Amino acid sequence: MSKHTLSVLVENKPGVLARIASLFARRGFNIDSLAVGPTEHPEISRMTVVVDVEDLPLEQVTKQLNKLIEVLKVVELDPASSVQRQVMLIKVRADQSARPHIIQTVELFRAAVIDVGTETLTIQATGNAEKLRALLEVLEPFGIKELVQSGHIGIGRGSRSMTDRALRSA
Amino acid sequence: MATHPTPTPPAAPSKRHGGSRPTPSDLAATARARTPVEVTGAQSLVLSLEALDVDTVFGLPGGAILPAYDPLMDSVRVRHILVRHEQGAGHAAEGYAVETGKVGVCMATSGPGATNLVTPLADAWMDSVPMVAITGQVSSAAIGTDAFQEADIRGITFPVTKHNFLVTRAEEIPQVMAEAFHIASSGRPGPVLVDITKDALQAHTTFSWPPKMELPGYRPVTKPHAKQIREAAKLITEAKQPILYVGGGVIRARASEQLCELVELTRIPLVTTLMARGAVPDSHPLHLGMPGMHGSVAAVTGLQQSDLIIALGARFDDRVTGQLSSFAPNARIIHADIDPAEIGKNRTADVPIVGDCAAVITDLVAQIRADHEAGRRGDYTEWRETTTRWSRDYPVGYTPPEDAEAVAPQYVIERIGAIAGPDATYVAGVGQHQMWAAQFVRYERPNSWINSGGLGTMGFAVPAAMGAKAADPDRVVWAIDGDGCFQMTNQELATCVINDIPIKVAIINNSSLGMVRQWQSLFYNERYSNTDLHTSVGSRVPDFVKLAEAYGCVGLRCERPEDVDATIRKAMEITDVPVVIDFVVERDAMVWPMVPAGVSNDAIQIARGLSPKWDREDDPATEQGLDADGSGVHHGTPGASALYPEGSAGGTGSGTDATSTEETE
Repeated sequence: MSKHTLSVLVENKPGVLARIASLFARRGFNIDSLAVGPTEHPEISRMTVVVDVEDLPLEQVTKQLNKLIEVLKVVELDPASSVQRQVMLIKVRADQSARPHIIQTVELFRAAVIDVGTETLTIQATGNAEKLRALLEVLEPFGIKELVQSGHIGIGRGSRSMTDRALRSA
Repeated sequence: MATHPTPTPPAAPSKRHGGSRPTPSDLAATARARTPVEVTGAQSLVLSLEALDVDTVFGLPGGAILPAYDPLMDSVRVRHILVRHEQGAGHAAEGYAVETGKVGVCMATSGPGATNLVTPLADAWMDSVPMVAITGQVSSAAIGTDAFQEADIRGITFPVTKHNFLVTRAEEIPQVMAEAFHIASSGRPGPVLVDITKDALQAHTTFSWPPKMELPGYRPVTKPHAKQIREAAKLITEAKQPILYVGGGVIRARASEQLCELVELTRIPLVTTLMARGAVPDSHPLHLGMPGMHGSVAAVTGLQQSDLIIALGARFDDRVTGQLSSFAPNARIIHADIDPAEIGKNRTADVPIVGDCAAVITDLVAQIRADHEAGRRGDYTEWRETTTRWSRDYPVGYTPPEDAEAVAPQYVIERIGAIAGPDATYVAGVGQHQMWAAQFVRYERPNSWINSGGLGTMGFAVPAAMGAKAADPDRVVWAIDGDGCFQMTNQELATCVINDIPIKVAIINNSSLGMVRQWQSLFYNERYSNTDLHTSVGSRVPDFVKLAEAYGCVGLRCERPEDVDATIRKAMEITDVPVVIDFVVERDAMVWPMVPAGVSNDAIQIARGLSPKWDREDDPATEQGLDADGSGVHHGTPGASALYPEGSAGGTGSGTDATSTEETE
């Protein structure tokens, strides 16, 4: 299996997310992560879906998505020509002795401490999957009390706009 | 869609309301002049149906859809046929759609009314039937509160519709209806559900037509790519053993004429799938029959041995391919379909062509003709001789029952086909009788065969036949049904009687869930767990003749082979009421040929434990001969004694080497 990131432009209408989730479920495709939000055009939403499939099933995913009436465009983001980011919030056990080490790690990873408790620090980190995994490895020994991650979002490099192209062809 | 002959002139003021209240037709006349008219959401719905040239709606009212039924009563252009169960409305809409090519329409209320439509929606989805289902929904304020008769029918039908809508505002109704009909009937056809809340039906709005459709994400490709057509023509010229694999897409695209032209031009042998029976006349000499699990030897082997499969509107379904990895191992594939997702889904295509079958075949014919003129012409003479020999040596036949008094089910179906002829429409349920109807009726025209292929919905026949007959009252419509299937939906006989829809129903009564019983005979040591229906053997529950009579139909019974023709002819003479015939048939008859599930199509058996004779002299199967039911052989075609190897007749087979039990029917 290999991970593929799909950017899906959809009409911003009620029920679209459910329809897409239902499609993935019934066709037996596993979603690694999913993020959705409106674009610069309020009538269009953009989903970023990370799926773990081989190339042939991936073609099926794309074709099946394209068949949905409310799907405007599906593009696979090539890792080399796109940037992808994820946000992670981590609540780490941090007593007086551990605290300086944790803060140092946060700085090294260009993350930020966004909440301070008596026993814990809450860290916000942004980056690609590899960077965030590395950060988690370093923080693990201190004791992670709570972890929450957003889905991946991604955008193509350069000046071309997926939404513009989708709207032109529509 | 636009086949309504002439626009109805503005109707005279309705007598029922003393002319004080405009009928939908009055409103429609105004609306046709593009002047918005003041209406309720319900009136807007009925006006939309009229504007969409809908002449028949099958449905059943209830609380949430009630507002729509009031203006529907006044409509002179839309005939509403009140069914006895919403499932019947759905299948009737399917039958109507297949018969006419127009969008079939059904209507139900919220909750249980809507959930009863799920089976027909799924059926239409699997078989690409253009259909619009309109359901009432609880008021928008009550949605999500588990209100009385509330069901999230949109959520429920996501996986079994091409698209669905929830309408909560009256002003959306015309646009959504226009979009629903457009989606259902264009591209790969399919069912669309429109769920309308009660408050939207009751609200005041304006109606004007046509509305603006907004479907930016829906752009079906119908015109094939010229390069792919050239590439396909090239493969066809190079091939030595090509075969046309014709699927239901050809029927839906109404491309039979174009297909016959392609066959005449290339002289390539062809097979028609269960969904495509009639796409090319069965009498055509290059027609090898139906492929698949119960396909003819020539069709199954033709695909297996081919070096090029030209798939037109077919989807390499598991019932056709058998074990996918061993299907047609030496064949290159040209795959034409209007749905890009079908191409490469099961079998990789060497030449994928996305487009409407009629357009694809037309372009292909033009390209091949040009190639011929340029001196590039394929030669398939040897291959044609081989496939013709298979057709001749292995016609689809059946062994008559041991008991000479017993009626062979295949014989009944064969005779119905012969007597009713190619102009009749044949509608089947699901199971043994369906396979026999596909095998033993000779189809000479497209859309003369209506059945539930993909979903395999038992109970399909009676309501679908009703829909077909309602659509085309002058045509003889036969439902060929099983005793199991018939008991699932026979309540629609009441609808047929009351609405003057005189269908003919042949119940092939073997007192069993026959196909399941066949699998139990073959793969479960004849342990008949829960397949005895007691409809003729031992007891007669129910008595189908009395049942028919109770509904106001004519009920006939036939229990002897010599009475079969007379009974069918009698049914043909009755044209004013539905006729139900209880054909009491032998229960041990099986559907042959058969490729057991999960094995290669090379393992086709023409009777129990018996494989075709060629190139398998060493195969012990050929030594076994027939099993106990095979003392003699009756064939659809006379003089086909080569069906079985010499010396095999009368032998007793030791069973089958097919041992797969992974699936049951």
